[in-house]
Amino acid sequence: MPAGTLYRGREGMWSWVAHRVTGVLIFFFLFVHVLDTALVRVSPEAYDKVVATYKTPIVALLEYGLVAAILFHALNGLRVIAVDFWSKGPRYQKQMLWTVVGVWVVLMAGAIYPVLGHAARVLFGS
Amino acid sequence: MSTTETTASGIGPVEGAELYNVDHPAPLIEAPRRRTKKTPKSTRGNFELAAWLFMRLSGIVLVVLVIGHLIIQLVLDGGVSKVGFAFVAGRWANPYWQVWDLAMLWLAMLHGANGLRTVINDYAERPNSRLWLKGLLYTATVFTILLGTLVIFTFDPNIR
Repeated sequence: MPAGTLYRGREGMWSWVAHRVTGVLIFFFLFVHVLDTALVRVSPEAYDKVVATYKTPIVALLEYGLVAAILFHALNGLRVIAVDFWSKGPRYQKQMLWTVVGVWVVLMAGAIYPVLGHAARVLFGS
Repeated sequence: MSTTETTASGIGPVEGAELYNVDHPAPLIEAPRRRTKKTPKSTRGNFELAAWLFMRLSGIVLVVLVIGHLIIQLVLDGGVSKVGFAFVAGRWANPYWQVWDLAMLWLAMLHGANGLRTVINDYAERPNSRLWLKGLLYTATVFTILLGTLVIFTFDPNIR
């Protein structure tokens, strides 16, 4: 690690770190996701076989993590835009981060049933 | 009394002689960092500014495209359990969703690639590792964008 990688701390730095980490994770998933979708050009069977893995409980949990990463990156990205373009943005960056976290928690709670419901029915019966 | 008299230019007589007056103006001193004909042209351009702006503009569009995509694929009509070849064929029969997915592919790949470029710039210090990591990144990005575009445009629902 280069010197001076850790600095200042608190909301400003940690939201920046989380934005980076989620961004890199999403990009790697996107690469895999374009490859798996490309299987529709091979055969319906090949595509359906790979998509079947997306429906297993363990991958469903990973999908929930992907949704978590995307929602944080999206909401915090809007906060970054507000910090850059809104004249009062830098002054309210902390309040905006906690707003982002609050909205994220609500959306993640709302995503539990739609994203994990199918996996729960597979595991515990419908 | 004549030695204490102030002159029109505000500069007192120096050893009895005025240095500058209306007929003999002081030499003009150029402001620091002022662009002149002799200033060399910048070779950098505004790429980093354009990249910075692109991240914000594409980000706003991607929030709409990606969250819409997640709602369609993971929430509506039984969530991920409905996704399959037939579902993809049904959606791509509509050019509207083709354009949606094409825009999402291009914007997300370029947004992500530029993000990773920034990360490489920040953490890879040796020139050789920077070169190889960026070469790998750009190769994977171009490959993925072209593959995805080809798949959207050549999709055949009656492939079998």
